[in-house]
Amino acid sequence: MLTILFDGVAYGMLLFILAVGLAVTMGLMNFINLAHGAFAMAGGYITVLLMQRLNVPFLVCLPLAFLGSALLGGVLERTLYRPLYHKAHLDQVLFSIGLVFMAVASVDYFVGSTQQIMQLPEWLKGRTEIGEGAWMLGMGHYRLFIIAVCAALTVGLQYVLTKTRFGSRLRASVDDQRVAAGMGINVNIVFLSTFAFGSGLAGLGGALGAEVLGLDPSFPLKFMIYFLIVVAVGGTSSITGPLLAALLLGIADVAGKYYIPKLGAFIVYSLMILILIWRPQGLFVRKGGK
Amino acid sequence: MQKRHLLRASAAAALALTTGLAALPAAAQDNVFKIGLILPMTGQQATTGRQIEAAARLYMAQNGDTVAGKKVQLIVKDDTSLPDVTRRLAQELVVNEKVNVLAGMGITPSAMATAPLATQSKTPLVVMAAATSSITEASPYVVRTSFTLPQVSVALADWAPKNGIKKVVTLVSDYGPGIDAEKYFNQRLTFNGGQVTEALRVPLRNPDFAPFLQKVRDAKPDALFVFVPSGAGAAVMKQFLERGMDKAGIKLIATGDVTDDDQLNDMGDGALGVVTSHHYSAAHPSPLNKKFVDAFEKANKGLRPNFMAVGGYDGMRVIYEALKTTKGTGGGDALLTAMKGQIFESPRGPVFIDAQTRDIVQNVYLRKVERVNGQLYNMEFDMIKDVKDPGKSK
Repeated sequence: MLTILFDGVAYGMLLFILAVGLAVTMGLMNFINLAHGAFAMAGGYITVLLMQRLNVPFLVCLPLAFLGSALLGGVLERTLYRPLYHKAHLDQVLFSIGLVFMAVASVDYFVGSTQQIMQLPEWLKGRTEIGEGAWMLGMGHYRLFIIAVCAALTVGLQYVLTKTRFGSRLRASVDDQRVAAGMGINVNIVFLSTFAFGSGLAGLGGALGAEVLGLDPSFPLKFMIYFLIVVAVGGTSSITGPLLAALLLGIADVAGKYYIPKLGAFIVYSLMILILIWRPQGLFVRKGGK
Repeated sequence: MQKRHLLRASAAAALALTTGLAALPAAAQDNVFKIGLILPMTGQQATTGRQIEAAARLYMAQNGDTVAGKKVQLIVKDDTSLPDVTRRLAQELVVNEKVNVLAGMGITPSAMATAPLATQSKTPLVVMAAATSSITEASPYVVRTSFTLPQVSVALADWAPKNGIKKVVTLVSDYGPGIDAEKYFNQRLTFNGGQVTEALRVPLRNPDFAPFLQKVRDAKPDALFVFVPSGAGAAVMKQFLERGMDKAGIKLIATGDVTDDDQLNDMGDGALGVVTSHHYSAAHPSPLNKKFVDAFEKANKGLRPNFMAVGGYDGMRVIYEALKTTKGTGGGDALLTAMKGQIFESPRGPVFIDAQTRDIVQNVYLRKVERVNGQLYNMEFDMIKDVKDPGKSK
């Protein structure tokens, strides 16, 4: 039972890393970016290709995946996204879903559509078991690693957003661009770096997730729903909201599939519907807030 | 309902008319024999398309493109695994291109969507990949050269109890072939005195196998039987090891899709020792297969042929031989008759096309993944002769 809980937490943490970038762009920057999964896929492919073709160690690949996707995000923000900030949400949706299809097709064309298989380093492959019988806790090392990375990220992110000067600038730019600009904040730079950072997080999530979730060109479409559920349930105004939502969904998904395999895939959706009926704004959003 | 009947009837009439009319100008280009090969060349199933097309071209390169005085022309179309696209392409091929034979079919829904067209236009449809048992019953014009999932699952269920595997948990992807595999494996294992203690179905697009595998581990069966499409197979295998299930004394047995030759090398040492049952391995020890593998690898930059390739290769052989038998003069029905009952030596071993069911009858091999000359291969160690598809009631 504890093992199931552990697997659920790890899975939830993974969803969180994948979705938190979306919470940043969608919640903080007020841009409906459905192409978020494409940046995650970019991170995954950067990792897999570096490992397969150039034998770069896994741990080196992770920051490279972050940087690569962040760079990609930055370039796209500057060229494609910026003109759309003031457009209607429907335009943003159509635009970003178009990007997803382009990403799917181009990965298909350049890398091929097979599932990419990754070889983890030996020290991440093992498993530690504690306890006996029903209370046995089995921890896969890779899942432990995911949890650790994710915990570190959450703390860091929360700190940046609430305690640093950049965080206050970002929140100011989002709330009122004109006033923020008048106060001497370079709104463009703030948005650019935020978007790049969000994309980088997605890339890191994709790199970490390739092992567990699998990686093929349909990745952004396959997991788009999960990102959106996490953000919808958690609300977009904080980091803790999506974190708790992701954990809740991860555990519910894993436990549901374990205890009621016949219904397994639907537990997540039912849970989402219930939560949204109860709190349409998301679990951790104060009413009336932005 | 009536409206639909009317529509269908008029569509059939239109099709019949156009094909009938087509016979006139076709006389001008009488010495061309067209094969419309519809395959997924892009999208999720693209490897299937790539393997089959390469194999079909290899067959033509080896056997020449003139048969019985006719020039064989291969028209390859990409259906991206979408059945409505398959159907449209098939219609275009029959009506505009006037193909003599339709072939390919990467997935079951594609084959099912095309079958009625084959019946209406009396065009033989050679299924080279799709493996759900009922496909050959969808039209009397379907001939299959790949395999069926019941065929290979049953062989495994025969082998397992003799080798100390009594209690099995099955884990299949929740769609046609998976359910076929689950059903026939369960039936035959029970018949042989074994027992399926739990039957798990995972969604086709399942992100994480952890909960299912944990459930298997807690159930402590003698073995876990798996059918998932080849891409997902590697993930199951990895997590099987990560969870320490091999150390807990659970064996992993599967249909050959899981250790697909196309991907086996990338799966790494985790795949070693996995027992699978299938009709083809690139390591099948026959001179004919050795020649086939060498020629295939040479023609495709070292790409190893998998079971899809052999289905395409044999499919071309069936078409070629039918054309030879009919001396290039017969229409769809004559070709179909000539395809039924063909007995020949394939790279996978001896096979024959059952004249009643139009499905392939072949040996099914039990294989274990081993490292040979630095590469991973499915090494055959046992064989069940002439397995007919158990899914056919007749």
